[in-house]
Amino acid sequence: MLFLANALGQSHLTIGTAGILALLGYAVVFLGLILLMAVVMIIGKIFIARDKKASAAQAAAVPTAAPVEVPKPVAPGTAGELKLHDVEPKTAAMLMAIVADKMGKPLNELRFISIKEVK
Amino acid sequence: MINVGEILLNLWESSGFNAIFSGFMADNGWQSLVMICIACVMFYLGIVKKFEPLLMIGLAAGCLLTNLPGGNLYHPELWTAFMNGELGYGTILHDGGLLDIFYIGVKAGVYPCLIFMGVGAMTDFGPLLSNPKSLLLGAAAQMGVFFAFFCATLLGFTAAEAASIGIIGGADGPTAILTTSLLAPQLLGPIAIAAYTYMALIPLIQPPFMKLLTTPEQRKIKMVQTRTVSKTEKIIFPIVVTIFVVLLLPDTAALIGCLMFGNLLKECGVTDRLSDTVQNALMNIVTILLSTAVGSTMVGASFLNLQTIYIIVLGVLAFILSTCGGLIGGVVMCKLSGGKINPLIGSAGVSAVPMAARVSNTEGQKANPSNFLLMHAMGPNVAGVIGSAIAAGFLISVFGG
Repeated sequence: MLFLANALGQSHLTIGTAGILALLGYAVVFLGLILLMAVVMIIGKIFIARDKKASAAQAAAVPTAAPVEVPKPVAPGTAGELKLHDVEPKTAAMLMAIVADKMGKPLNELRFISIKEVK
Repeated sequence: MINVGEILLNLWESSGFNAIFSGFMADNGWQSLVMICIACVMFYLGIVKKFEPLLMIGLAAGCLLTNLPGGNLYHPELWTAFMNGELGYGTILHDGGLLDIFYIGVKAGVYPCLIFMGVGAMTDFGPLLSNPKSLLLGAAAQMGVFFAFFCATLLGFTAAEAASIGIIGGADGPTAILTTSLLAPQLLGPIAIAAYTYMALIPLIQPPFMKLLTTPEQRKIKMVQTRTVSKTEKIIFPIVVTIFVVLLLPDTAALIGCLMFGNLLKECGVTDRLSDTVQNALMNIVTILLSTAVGSTMVGASFLNLQTIYIIVLGVLAFILSTCGGLIGGVVMCKLSGGKINPLIGSAGVSAVPMAARVSNTEGQKANPSNFLLMHAMGPNVAGVIGSAIAAGFLISVFGG
Protein backbone atom coordinates (compact mmCIF):
# COMPACT_ATOMS: atom_id res chain seq x y z
CA MET A 1 0.00 0.00 0.00
CA LEU A 2 1.31 3.41 -0.88
CA PHE A 3 0.37 6.89 0.18
CA LEU A 4 -3.22 6.92 -0.91
CA ALA A 5 -4.75 10.34 -0.33
CA ASN A 6 -6.61 11.40 -3.48
CA ALA A 7 -7.36 14.91 -4.79
CA LEU A 8 -10.28 15.29 -2.37
CA GLY A 9 -8.08 14.05 0.46
CA GLN A 10 -5.41 16.63 -0.32
CA SER A 11 -7.89 19.51 -0.50
CA HIS A 12 -9.11 21.81 2.26
CA LEU A 13 -12.84 21.24 2.62
CA THR A 14 -15.41 23.96 3.14
CA ILE A 15 -17.49 23.85 6.32
CA GLY A 16 -20.52 22.69 4.40
CA THR A 17 -18.72 19.86 2.59
CA ALA A 18 -16.97 18.75 5.80
CA GLY A 19 -20.31 18.72 7.65
CA ILE A 20 -22.05 16.73 4.93
CA LEU A 21 -19.20 14.19 4.76
CA ALA A 22 -19.16 13.85 8.56
CA LEU A 23 -22.90 13.17 8.66
CA LEU A 24 -22.66 10.82 5.70
CA GLY A 25 -19.83 8.88 7.35
CA TYR A 26 -21.75 8.54 10.61
CA ALA A 27 -24.82 7.40 8.68
CA VAL A 28 -22.78 4.81 6.75
CA VAL A 29 -21.42 3.36 10.02
CA PHE A 30 -24.96 3.15 11.40
CA LEU A 31 -26.30 1.63 8.21
CA GLY A 32 -23.52 -0.96 8.06
CA LEU A 33 -24.01 -2.01 11.67
CA ILE A 34 -27.83 -2.00 11.45
CA LEU A 35 -27.64 -4.32 8.45
CA LEU A 36 -25.12 -6.49 10.29
CA MET A 37 -27.44 -6.53 13.31
CA ALA A 38 -30.28 -7.76 11.09
CA VAL A 39 -28.06 -10.53 9.71
CA VAL A 40 -26.93 -11.57 13.21
CA MET A 41 -30.54 -11.53 14.45
CA ILE A 42 -31.67 -13.75 11.57
CA ILE A 43 -28.85 -16.22 12.25
CA GLY A 44 -29.72 -16.15 15.96
CA LYS A 45 -33.41 -16.82 15.25
CA ILE A 46 -32.51 -19.76 13.00
CA PHE A 47 -30.36 -21.27 15.75
CA ILE A 48 -32.95 -20.65 18.48
CA ALA A 49 -35.63 -22.32 16.32
CA ARG A 50 -33.29 -25.24 15.60
CA ASP A 51 -32.53 -25.67 19.31
CA LYS A 52 -36.26 -25.58 20.18
CA LYS A 53 -36.98 -28.17 17.51
CA ALA A 54 -34.19 -30.39 18.81
CA SER A 55 -35.37 -30.15 22.41
CA ALA A 56 -39.00 -30.81 21.35
CA ALA A 57 -37.91 -33.88 19.42
CA GLN A 58 -35.90 -35.04 22.41
CA ALA A 59 -38.91 -34.60 24.70
CA ALA A 60 -41.16 -36.52 22.29
CA ALA A 61 -38.67 -39.38 22.18
CA VAL A 62 -38.93 -39.93 25.94
CA PRO A 63 -41.36 -42.88 26.60
CA THR A 64 -44.53 -41.80 28.36
CA ALA A 65 -44.37 -44.69 30.81
CA ALA A 66 -40.95 -43.74 31.99
CA PRO A 67 -40.86 -42.81 35.64
CA VAL A 68 -40.95 -39.10 36.17
CA GLU A 69 -37.72 -37.97 37.72
CA VAL A 70 -38.41 -35.92 40.80
CA PRO A 71 -36.32 -32.77 40.64
CA LYS A 72 -34.03 -32.23 43.54
CA PRO A 73 -35.25 -29.48 45.84
CA VAL A 74 -33.52 -26.24 45.17
CA ALA A 75 -31.57 -24.95 48.12
CA PRO A 76 -33.22 -21.87 49.60
CA GLY A 77 -31.68 -18.45 49.61
CA THR A 78 -29.20 -16.75 47.33
CA ALA A 79 -25.67 -15.49 47.63
CA GLY A 80 -27.21 -12.11 48.43
CA GLU A 81 -25.82 -8.74 47.52
CA LEU A 82 -22.07 -8.64 47.66
CA LYS A 83 -19.85 -5.61 48.07
CA LEU A 84 -16.45 -5.77 46.40
CA HIS A 85 -13.60 -3.55 47.57
CA ASP A 86 -10.60 -3.50 45.19
CA VAL A 87 -11.45 -7.02 44.02
CA GLU A 88 -12.19 -8.00 40.41
CA PRO A 89 -15.56 -9.80 39.91
CA LYS A 90 -13.70 -12.76 38.40
CA THR A 91 -11.47 -13.06 41.48
CA ALA A 92 -14.50 -12.74 43.76
CA ALA A 93 -16.31 -15.50 41.87
CA MET A 94 -13.28 -17.78 42.24
CA LEU A 95 -12.97 -17.03 45.96
CA MET A 96 -16.65 -17.77 46.55
CA ALA A 97 -16.37 -21.05 44.63
CA ILE A 98 -13.28 -22.07 46.64
CA VAL A 99 -14.98 -21.27 49.98
CA ALA A 100 -18.10 -23.22 48.99
CA ASP A 101 -15.98 -26.17 47.90
CA LYS A 102 -13.91 -26.20 51.10
CA MET A 103 -17.04 -26.00 53.26
CA GLY A 104 -18.83 -28.64 51.22
CA LYS A 105 -21.92 -26.46 50.90
CA PRO A 106 -23.77 -25.23 47.78
CA LEU A 107 -22.89 -21.63 46.89
CA ASN A 108 -26.50 -20.44 47.18
CA GLU A 109 -26.63 -21.56 50.81
CA LEU A 110 -23.77 -19.27 51.71
CA ARG A 111 -24.13 -15.55 52.20
CA PHE A 112 -21.21 -13.35 51.27
CA ILE A 113 -21.45 -9.79 52.56
CA SER A 114 -18.28 -8.25 51.18
CA ILE A 115 -14.85 -9.17 49.86
CA LYS A 116 -11.95 -6.84 50.47
CA GLU A 117 -8.34 -7.16 49.39
CA VAL A 118 -6.03 -6.94 52.42
CA LYS A 119 -3.05 -4.80 51.45
CA MET B 1 53.36 8.75 14.69
CA ILE B 2 49.72 8.65 15.76
CA ASN B 3 48.15 12.01 16.21
CA VAL B 4 46.03 11.35 19.30
CA GLY B 5 44.65 14.87 19.27
CA GLU B 6 43.42 14.47 15.69
CA ILE B 7 41.77 11.12 16.49
CA LEU B 8 39.99 12.61 19.47
CA LEU B 9 38.94 15.62 17.40
CA ASN B 10 37.53 13.32 14.71
CA LEU B 11 35.71 11.29 17.33
CA TRP B 12 34.19 14.46 18.77
CA GLU B 13 33.20 15.75 15.34
CA SER B 14 31.45 12.48 14.46
CA SER B 15 29.68 12.27 17.80
CA GLY B 16 26.04 13.06 18.37
CA PHE B 17 27.00 15.54 21.12
CA ASN B 18 28.81 17.64 18.54
CA ALA B 19 25.82 17.42 16.17
CA ILE B 20 23.51 18.64 18.94
CA PHE B 21 25.69 21.42 20.34
CA SER B 22 27.43 22.77 17.23
CA GLY B 23 24.19 22.71 15.26
CA PHE B 24 22.05 23.67 18.24
CA MET B 25 20.19 26.39 16.37
CA ALA B 26 21.28 26.08 12.73
CA ASP B 27 20.69 22.33 12.33
CA ASN B 28 17.82 22.04 14.77
CA GLY B 29 19.96 20.37 17.44
CA TRP B 30 17.58 21.77 20.05
CA GLN B 31 14.75 19.76 18.48
CA SER B 32 16.72 16.54 19.00
CA LEU B 33 17.20 17.46 22.66
CA VAL B 34 13.49 18.18 23.12
CA MET B 35 12.52 14.92 21.41
CA ILE B 36 14.96 12.95 23.61
CA CYS B 37 13.23 14.53 26.63
CA ILE B 38 9.81 13.60 25.19
CA ALA B 39 11.05 10.00 24.73
CA CYS B 40 12.10 9.96 28.40
CA VAL B 41 8.66 11.25 29.43
CA MET B 42 7.09 8.45 27.37
CA PHE B 43 9.34 5.90 29.12
CA TYR B 44 8.13 7.35 32.43
CA LEU B 45 4.47 7.13 31.36
CA GLY B 46 4.89 3.54 30.22
CA ILE B 47 7.07 2.19 33.03
CA VAL B 48 5.93 4.17 36.08
CA LYS B 49 2.37 5.20 35.17
CA LYS B 50 1.74 1.99 33.17
CA PHE B 51 0.05 3.85 30.26
CA GLU B 52 -0.32 1.06 27.65
CA PRO B 53 3.24 -0.07 28.53
CA LEU B 54 3.45 -2.75 25.84
CA LEU B 55 3.21 -0.05 23.18
CA MET B 56 4.37 3.09 24.97
CA ILE B 57 7.84 1.72 25.75
CA GLY B 58 8.35 0.67 22.12
CA LEU B 59 7.12 4.07 20.92
CA ALA B 60 9.52 5.78 23.31
CA ALA B 61 12.43 3.57 22.17
CA GLY B 62 11.69 4.36 18.51
CA CYS B 63 11.43 8.08 19.30
CA LEU B 64 14.70 8.03 21.23
CA LEU B 65 16.66 6.10 18.59
CA THR B 66 15.45 8.24 15.69
CA ASN B 67 16.37 11.48 17.45
CA LEU B 68 19.91 10.55 18.48
CA PRO B 69 21.99 12.42 15.87
CA GLY B 70 24.36 10.26 13.83
CA GLY B 71 22.47 7.02 14.45
CA ASN B 72 21.00 7.07 10.94
CA LEU B 73 18.41 4.48 11.85
CA TYR B 74 15.49 6.35 10.25
CA HIS B 75 15.54 8.63 7.21
CA PRO B 76 12.44 10.80 6.78
CA GLU B 77 13.79 12.10 3.47
CA LEU B 78 13.68 8.57 2.02
CA TRP B 79 10.03 8.25 2.93
CA THR B 80 9.20 11.67 1.49
CA ALA B 81 10.76 10.54 -1.80
CA PHE B 82 8.87 7.24 -1.49
CA MET B 83 5.56 9.04 -1.10
CA ASN B 84 6.36 11.18 -4.13
CA GLY B 85 6.90 8.00 -6.11
CA GLU B 86 10.60 8.72 -6.67
CA LEU B 87 11.83 5.47 -5.15
CA GLY B 88 10.53 2.08 -4.03
CA TYR B 89 10.88 -0.36 -1.15
CA GLY B 90 14.04 -1.80 -2.74
CA THR B 91 15.92 1.48 -2.36
CA ILE B 92 14.73 1.80 1.24
CA LEU B 93 15.92 -1.72 2.01
CA HIS B 94 19.27 -0.89 0.40
CA ASP B 95 19.86 2.63 1.72
CA GLY B 96 17.67 2.76 4.83
CA GLY B 97 18.49 2.14 8.47
CA LEU B 98 17.07 -0.47 10.79
CA LEU B 99 14.00 1.60 11.70
CA ASP B 100 13.34 2.34 8.02
CA ILE B 101 13.14 -1.40 7.45
CA PHE B 102 10.82 -1.81 10.46
CA TYR B 103 8.68 1.03 9.08
CA ILE B 104 8.08 -0.80 5.78
CA GLY B 105 5.68 -3.05 7.71
CA VAL B 106 3.66 -0.03 8.81
CA LYS B 107 3.69 1.56 5.36
CA ALA B 108 2.61 -1.68 3.73
CA GLY B 109 -0.22 -2.00 6.27
CA VAL B 110 1.13 -5.34 7.54
CA TYR B 111 1.56 -4.71 11.27
CA PRO B 112 -1.85 -3.15 12.06
CA CYS B 113 -3.58 -6.03 10.26
CA LEU B 114 -1.54 -8.66 12.10
CA ILE B 115 -2.39 -6.93 15.38
CA PHE B 116 -6.05 -7.05 14.36
CA MET B 117 -5.67 -10.78 13.71
CA GLY B 118 -4.40 -11.17 17.29
CA VAL B 119 -7.25 -9.03 18.62
CA GLY B 120 -9.71 -11.23 16.75
CA ALA B 121 -8.15 -14.37 18.23
CA MET B 122 -8.48 -12.90 21.73
CA THR B 123 -12.07 -11.65 21.32
CA ASP B 124 -15.21 -13.50 22.33
CA PHE B 125 -18.08 -12.25 20.18
CA GLY B 126 -20.56 -14.27 22.28
CA PRO B 127 -21.95 -11.24 24.18
CA LEU B 128 -22.53 -9.46 20.87
CA LEU B 129 -24.24 -12.49 19.33
CA SER B 130 -26.51 -12.93 22.35
CA ASN B 131 -27.52 -9.26 22.17
CA PRO B 132 -27.15 -8.03 18.55
CA LYS B 133 -28.62 -4.63 19.48
CA SER B 134 -25.19 -3.92 20.99
CA LEU B 135 -24.10 -3.15 17.44
CA LEU B 136 -26.16 0.06 17.58
CA LEU B 137 -24.10 1.25 20.54
CA GLY B 138 -20.93 0.43 18.65
CA ALA B 139 -22.20 2.66 15.84
CA ALA B 140 -23.35 5.48 18.14
CA ALA B 141 -19.92 5.59 19.75
CA GLN B 142 -18.26 6.57 16.47
CA MET B 143 -19.69 10.09 16.82
CA GLY B 144 -16.34 11.48 17.98
CA VAL B 145 -14.62 10.24 14.82
CA PHE B 146 -16.75 12.36 12.55
CA PHE B 147 -17.03 15.36 14.86
CA ALA B 148 -13.24 15.52 15.28
CA PHE B 149 -12.90 15.17 11.49
CA PHE B 150 -15.21 18.16 11.09
CA CYS B 151 -13.33 20.23 13.69
CA ALA B 152 -9.95 19.35 12.13
CA THR B 153 -11.07 20.62 8.74
CA LEU B 154 -12.12 23.88 10.43
CA LEU B 155 -8.59 24.17 11.88
CA GLY B 156 -7.08 24.04 8.39
CA PHE B 157 -6.04 20.40 8.07
CA THR B 158 -6.50 18.77 4.66
CA ALA B 159 -9.38 16.30 4.37
CA ALA B 160 -7.04 13.27 4.56
CA GLU B 161 -5.27 14.68 7.63
CA ALA B 162 -8.62 15.49 9.27
CA ALA B 163 -9.83 11.94 8.60
CA SER B 164 -6.68 10.52 10.24
CA ILE B 165 -7.15 12.78 13.27
CA GLY B 166 -10.83 11.88 13.53
CA ILE B 167 -10.16 8.15 13.65
CA ILE B 168 -8.44 8.66 17.04
CA GLY B 169 -12.05 8.78 18.33
CA GLY B 170 -12.46 5.14 17.32
CA ALA B 171 -10.16 4.32 20.29
CA ASP B 172 -8.55 1.62 18.24
CA GLY B 173 -4.76 1.85 17.84
CA PRO B 174 -4.23 -0.43 14.82
CA THR B 175 -7.12 1.19 12.93
CA ALA B 176 -5.75 4.68 13.64
CA ILE B 177 -2.25 3.64 12.52
CA LEU B 178 -3.47 1.97 9.33
CA THR B 179 -5.71 4.90 8.35
CA THR B 180 -3.01 7.47 9.09
CA SER B 181 -0.25 5.54 7.34
CA LEU B 182 -2.42 5.49 4.22
CA LEU B 183 -3.88 9.00 4.30
CA ALA B 184 -1.50 11.25 6.24
CA PRO B 185 1.74 9.43 7.14
CA GLN B 186 3.40 12.69 8.17
CA LEU B 187 1.04 12.76 11.20
CA LEU B 188 1.58 9.15 12.25
CA GLY B 189 3.72 9.89 15.33
CA PRO B 190 1.43 12.37 17.11
CA ILE B 191 -1.73 10.45 16.14
CA ALA B 192 -0.38 7.14 17.49
CA ILE B 193 0.78 8.82 20.70
CA ALA B 194 -2.60 10.54 21.15
CA ALA B 195 -4.56 7.34 20.42
CA TYR B 196 -2.61 5.11 22.81
CA THR B 197 -2.33 7.73 25.57
CA TYR B 198 -6.05 8.42 25.58
CA MET B 199 -6.83 4.68 25.47
CA ALA B 200 -4.75 4.33 28.64
CA LEU B 201 -6.60 7.28 30.16
CA ILE B 202 -10.09 5.89 29.50
CA PRO B 203 -10.71 5.18 33.23
CA LEU B 204 -10.12 8.90 33.83
CA ILE B 205 -11.76 10.36 30.70
CA GLN B 206 -15.04 8.44 30.64
CA PRO B 207 -16.51 8.40 34.20
CA PRO B 208 -17.33 12.14 34.47
CA PHE B 209 -19.34 11.98 31.22
CA MET B 210 -20.98 8.73 32.29
CA LYS B 211 -22.26 10.48 35.41
CA LEU B 212 -23.22 13.60 33.46
CA LEU B 213 -25.35 11.84 30.85
CA THR B 214 -27.09 9.22 32.99
CA THR B 215 -29.29 9.41 36.07
CA PRO B 216 -28.46 7.48 39.29
CA GLU B 217 -31.55 5.32 38.71
CA GLN B 218 -30.40 4.41 35.20
CA ARG B 219 -26.93 3.51 36.47
CA LYS B 220 -28.49 1.11 39.01
CA ILE B 221 -30.33 -0.92 36.37
CA LYS B 222 -29.49 -4.62 36.53
CA MET B 223 -29.50 -6.31 33.15
CA VAL B 224 -30.88 -9.81 32.70
CA GLN B 225 -28.62 -12.60 31.58
CA THR B 226 -28.67 -13.05 27.82
CA ARG B 227 -29.00 -16.38 26.01
CA THR B 228 -26.14 -18.84 25.61
CA VAL B 229 -24.61 -18.76 22.14
CA SER B 230 -23.82 -22.06 20.47
CA LYS B 231 -20.38 -22.94 19.13
CA THR B 232 -21.73 -23.18 15.57
CA GLU B 233 -23.02 -19.60 15.74
CA LYS B 234 -19.62 -18.42 16.91
CA ILE B 235 -17.97 -20.20 13.98
CA ILE B 236 -20.41 -18.85 11.40
CA PHE B 237 -20.23 -15.27 12.72
CA PRO B 238 -16.71 -14.32 11.52
CA ILE B 239 -17.37 -15.80 8.09
CA VAL B 240 -20.68 -13.94 7.70
CA VAL B 241 -19.23 -10.65 8.96
CA THR B 242 -16.27 -10.89 6.57
CA ILE B 243 -18.50 -11.53 3.56
CA PHE B 244 -21.10 -8.94 4.53
CA VAL B 245 -18.90 -6.03 5.67
CA VAL B 246 -16.26 -6.41 2.95
CA LEU B 247 -18.96 -6.53 0.28
CA LEU B 248 -20.48 -3.39 1.80
CA LEU B 249 -17.19 -1.50 2.20
CA PRO B 250 -14.29 -3.17 0.34
CA ASP B 251 -11.78 -0.80 1.94
CA THR B 252 -12.36 -2.54 5.28
CA ALA B 253 -11.14 -5.86 3.82
CA ALA B 254 -7.71 -5.76 5.45
CA LEU B 255 -8.92 -4.86 8.95
CA ILE B 256 -12.18 -6.81 9.09
CA GLY B 257 -10.68 -9.75 7.18
CA CYS B 258 -7.80 -10.11 9.64
CA LEU B 259 -9.98 -9.49 12.71
CA MET B 260 -12.45 -12.17 11.67
CA PHE B 261 -9.77 -14.59 10.46
CA GLY B 262 -8.14 -14.39 13.89
CA ASN B 263 -11.52 -14.98 15.53
CA LEU B 264 -12.24 -17.95 13.28
CA LEU B 265 -8.90 -19.51 14.29
CA LYS B 266 -10.03 -19.22 17.91
CA GLU B 267 -13.58 -20.46 17.47
CA CYS B 268 -13.30 -23.22 14.88
CA GLY B 269 -11.65 -25.56 17.39
CA VAL B 270 -9.29 -27.25 14.95
CA THR B 271 -6.53 -24.63 14.82
CA ASP B 272 -5.64 -24.22 18.47
CA ARG B 273 -1.91 -24.03 17.72
CA LEU B 274 -2.41 -21.22 15.20
CA SER B 275 -4.77 -19.39 17.52
CA ASP B 276 -2.23 -19.62 20.31
CA THR B 277 0.55 -18.30 18.05
CA VAL B 278 -1.55 -15.39 16.79
CA GLN B 279 -2.63 -14.43 20.31
CA ASN B 280 0.80 -14.61 21.88
CA ALA B 281 4.03 -14.99 19.88
CA LEU B 282 2.94 -13.20 16.70
CA MET B 283 1.11 -10.46 18.60
CA ASN B 284 4.17 -9.78 20.77
CA ILE B 285 6.61 -9.72 17.86
CA VAL B 286 4.42 -7.40 15.80
CA THR B 287 3.82 -5.13 18.81
CA ILE B 288 7.58 -4.63 19.15
CA LEU B 289 8.03 -3.86 15.44
CA LEU B 290 4.94 -1.66 15.20
CA SER B 291 5.66 0.43 18.28
CA THR B 292 9.32 1.09 17.46
CA ALA B 293 8.52 1.82 13.82
CA VAL B 294 5.77 4.29 14.69
CA GLY B 295 7.95 5.86 17.40
CA SER B 296 10.71 6.37 14.83
CA THR B 297 8.45 8.73 12.85
CA MET B 298 8.56 11.19 15.77
CA VAL B 299 11.30 13.32 14.26
CA GLY B 300 11.67 16.76 15.87
CA ALA B 301 11.14 18.75 12.69
CA SER B 302 7.76 17.16 11.98
CA PHE B 303 6.64 16.62 15.60
CA LEU B 304 7.42 19.93 17.31
CA ASN B 305 4.82 22.16 15.72
CA LEU B 306 1.38 23.59 16.30
CA GLN B 307 -0.24 20.70 14.40
CA THR B 308 0.81 18.24 17.12
CA ILE B 309 -0.91 20.36 19.79
CA TYR B 310 -4.06 20.51 17.64
CA ILE B 311 -3.95 16.71 17.23
CA ILE B 312 -3.60 16.16 20.99
CA VAL B 313 -6.58 18.47 21.68
CA LEU B 314 -8.72 17.06 18.85
CA GLY B 315 -7.86 13.53 19.96
CA VAL B 316 -9.23 14.01 23.47
CA LEU B 317 -12.29 15.77 22.00
CA ALA B 318 -12.86 12.78 19.71
CA PHE B 319 -12.61 10.38 22.67
CA ILE B 320 -15.03 12.41 24.78
CA LEU B 321 -17.57 12.75 21.99
CA SER B 322 -17.38 9.06 21.12
CA THR B 323 -18.04 8.27 24.79
CA CYS B 324 -20.98 10.71 24.79
CA GLY B 325 -22.32 9.25 21.53
CA GLY B 326 -22.33 5.75 23.04
CA LEU B 327 -23.93 6.98 26.26
CA ILE B 328 -26.66 8.88 24.39
CA GLY B 329 -27.31 5.69 22.40
CA GLY B 330 -27.45 3.80 25.70
CA VAL B 331 -29.95 6.26 27.21
CA VAL B 332 -32.18 6.01 24.11
CA MET B 333 -32.07 2.20 24.22
CA CYS B 334 -32.76 2.29 27.96
CA LYS B 335 -35.92 4.36 27.38
CA LEU B 336 -37.05 2.30 24.38
CA SER B 337 -36.56 -0.97 26.28
CA GLY B 338 -38.56 0.28 29.25
CA GLY B 339 -35.55 0.47 31.54
CA LYS B 340 -34.10 -2.96 30.81
CA ILE B 341 -30.79 -1.68 29.44
CA ASN B 342 -28.26 0.07 31.64
CA PRO B 343 -27.04 3.05 29.57
CA LEU B 344 -23.56 2.77 31.08
CA ILE B 345 -22.78 -0.03 28.62
CA GLY B 346 -23.03 2.58 25.83
CA SER B 347 -19.68 4.13 26.69
CA ALA B 348 -18.06 0.75 25.99
CA GLY B 349 -19.01 1.28 22.34
CA VAL B 350 -15.67 3.02 21.84
CA SER B 351 -13.35 0.12 21.01
CA ALA B 352 -10.49 -0.02 23.58
CA VAL B 353 -11.22 -3.67 24.38
CA PRO B 354 -11.64 -4.56 27.24
CA MET B 355 -10.74 -1.35 29.12
CA ALA B 356 -13.95 0.51 28.17
CA ALA B 357 -16.13 -2.46 29.20
CA ARG B 358 -14.33 -2.61 32.55
CA VAL B 359 -15.02 1.08 33.12
CA SER B 360 -18.76 0.49 32.44
CA ASN B 361 -18.71 -2.39 34.93
CA THR B 362 -16.88 -0.34 37.58
CA GLU B 363 -19.25 2.63 37.26
CA GLY B 364 -22.25 0.28 37.36
CA GLN B 365 -20.96 -1.26 40.60
CA LYS B 366 -20.41 2.16 42.12
CA ALA B 367 -24.14 2.84 41.61
CA ASN B 368 -25.20 -0.65 42.64
CA PRO B 369 -22.55 -2.96 44.16
CA SER B 370 -24.41 -6.08 43.05
CA ASN B 371 -24.47 -4.95 39.42
CA PHE B 372 -22.26 -6.92 37.04
CA LEU B 373 -22.25 -5.23 33.63
CA LEU B 374 -18.99 -6.60 32.28
CA MET B 375 -20.39 -9.22 29.89
CA HIS B 376 -23.21 -6.89 28.81
CA ALA B 377 -20.67 -4.15 28.06
CA MET B 378 -18.46 -6.52 26.07
CA GLY B 379 -21.16 -6.58 23.33
CA PRO B 380 -20.92 -2.84 22.51
CA ASN B 381 -17.18 -3.02 23.13
CA VAL B 382 -16.50 -5.54 20.35
CA ALA B 383 -19.17 -3.85 18.19
CA GLY B 384 -17.05 -0.71 18.53
CA VAL B 385 -14.11 -2.55 16.95
CA ILE B 386 -16.24 -3.39 13.92
CA GLY B 387 -17.74 0.14 13.93
CA SER B 388 -14.35 1.86 13.95
CA ALA B 389 -13.16 -0.42 11.13
CA ILE B 390 -16.21 0.58 9.08
CA ALA B 391 -15.59 4.27 9.88
CA ALA B 392 -11.96 3.84 8.79
CA GLY B 393 -13.09 2.04 5.64
CA PHE B 394 -15.43 4.94 4.80
CA LEU B 395 -12.70 7.56 5.33
CA ILE B 396 -10.12 5.60 3.31
CA SER B 397 -12.67 5.03 0.58
CA VAL B 398 -13.60 8.73 0.32
CA PHE B 399 -10.16 10.31 0.78
CA GLY B 400 -7.90 7.47 -0.38
CA GLY B 401 -6.71 6.73 -3.89
